[in-house]
Amino acid sequence: MLRVESLDVRYGRVQAVRSLCLEVRAGEVVALLGPNGAGKTTTLTAIAGQHRKAGGVVELEGEGILGLGPQPIARRGISLVPEGRRIFTTLTVGENLRIGASARRDRASVEADIERELERFPVLRTYLHSEAGKMSGGEQQQLAISRALVSRPRLLLLDEPSLGLAPVLVDLVFDTIEQLRADGLTILLVEQNASRALDVADRCYVMRSGELVVSASQGEIRAEDLADIYLGGRNHS
Amino acid sequence: MTTIIQFVIDALTAGSYYALFALGIALIFGIMQLVNFAHGELIMIGGYAVYVFSDMPWPLTIAVAVAVVVLSALLMERLAFRPIRGANPATLLISSFALSFLLQNVGQMIFTTLPKSTDVVPLFTRSVDVGGLTIGWLSIVTIGTTALLLCLLAVFMGRTETGVQMRAAAEDFEMAELCGVRSNRVIATAFGLGGLLAGVGAVLLVGQTGSISIGMGLTPVLFGFTAAAIGGLGSLPGAVVGGYVLGFGSALLQQFLPDGAAGYRDAFLFAGVFALMAFRPGGLFRVAALSPRV
Repeated sequence: MLRVESLDVRYGRVQAVRSLCLEVRAGEVVALLGPNGAGKTTTLTAIAGQHRKAGGVVELEGEGILGLGPQPIARRGISLVPEGRRIFTTLTVGENLRIGASARRDRASVEADIERELERFPVLRTYLHSEAGKMSGGEQQQLAISRALVSRPRLLLLDEPSLGLAPVLVDLVFDTIEQLRADGLTILLVEQNASRALDVADRCYVMRSGELVVSASQGEIRAEDLADIYLGGRNHS
Repeated sequence: MTTIIQFVIDALTAGSYYALFALGIALIFGIMQLVNFAHGELIMIGGYAVYVFSDMPWPLTIAVAVAVVVLSALLMERLAFRPIRGANPATLLISSFALSFLLQNVGQMIFTTLPKSTDVVPLFTRSVDVGGLTIGWLSIVTIGTTALLLCLLAVFMGRTETGVQMRAAAEDFEMAELCGVRSNRVIATAFGLGGLLAGVGAVLLVGQTGSISIGMGLTPVLFGFTAAAIGGLGSLPGAVVGGYVLGFGSALLQQFLPDGAAGYRDAFLFAGVFALMAFRPGGLFRVAALSPRV
């Protein structure tokens, strides 16, 4: 479904991502792991179209999408749940969910999909007509995920979905990822909570200093091994 | 009692002008982070459009003048600002200055520097007596038109898909694009609405002064910016409130300043604005997009 080949992203003189290659097949959950500053978020935002000057190849189902920009990429079915949630705090929860459907051409079933999301995360119904900024961090994360799902993505990019959440909400987030995988959704997951990420992922990639250092299938790598890899102890497998 | 009512009408009239101009500026700033100094030239274009089409029946003159300003605003976005979208705020600001001077010079080449005069709507110069109170029709039309436009804009921003997308883009443009919001459409709509407000403001301004000149947009834009800053740049309700705060401040000073100081009304007004901004640099309404995220 997604093929990334020789991706290079620079912030001025700093090369954040270097010659990155990865692949996400339809229906897979793939985890992208690595220490802070490894370039994971930059990789996701480049796939989502935020770095128009990035080099390399990004293909979604065979179509090159690098350089198209975020809006055309969203319309092709890639949806990003960004780090820090970035919900629209002055809009109501309902409005946030409708904004999530902006990329869709089939408007008729949007309301049904919003209803499905309200069933997935019932707390959102409580705030449906209230400003989203009034919700707690965990509730906002549920909204951010729902907003992305309302777009009916072909590929969901999740950036640190459990960051800063209470343990019960971390469970909810990973249960949701499991559910989505069972529904057949393709997911590329960036997550600091490596052990939980490895539990839900079919495969994983590990990045360090902008480069890919490990590519492994489920079971081939354990969370305990990661500290060693982060510190430079192991290269491509 | 009549003095108080007269004061309120004067304040509402002035506040309506300022709110119209402030809202146009805030709409574009909210989405593009662009302080568009060329907004004043949209008012100028509106003024000259009224002059050029003044031979038509007055409702048509007004409609055509407003349409010309809306079209000019859309062209301004397409030709001047779209190519530099995403540039840093200083580049955008300087570009808007350049465009402002360019349009003034084009206006000067076509219409010369001599002011023109025209009578848009004969009714604007008349007044009506209500219980011993003389109210100018222009005040009634200004207050009524502004109230109507504000209500329509509130419905548009709150109830329509494009309006909600505009509010989302004003809060976090990048995220709105990531959600698939069509940035070109949202920005063009903001410019179009800004043009509509500038066009209506221009018609009312010409109705008030009867005069059209190259620099006619400068003072309204200065007051518009000030009102938008009072409200909190980028906040649409803030721009409206800022406009009326400025209007009431202006009317209060007009009423209570001693004769010798009345000529310096605006200096006192801006001293008050300066004091207000010192206490609330972000304006009366906090704008989420400009606040640090937690």
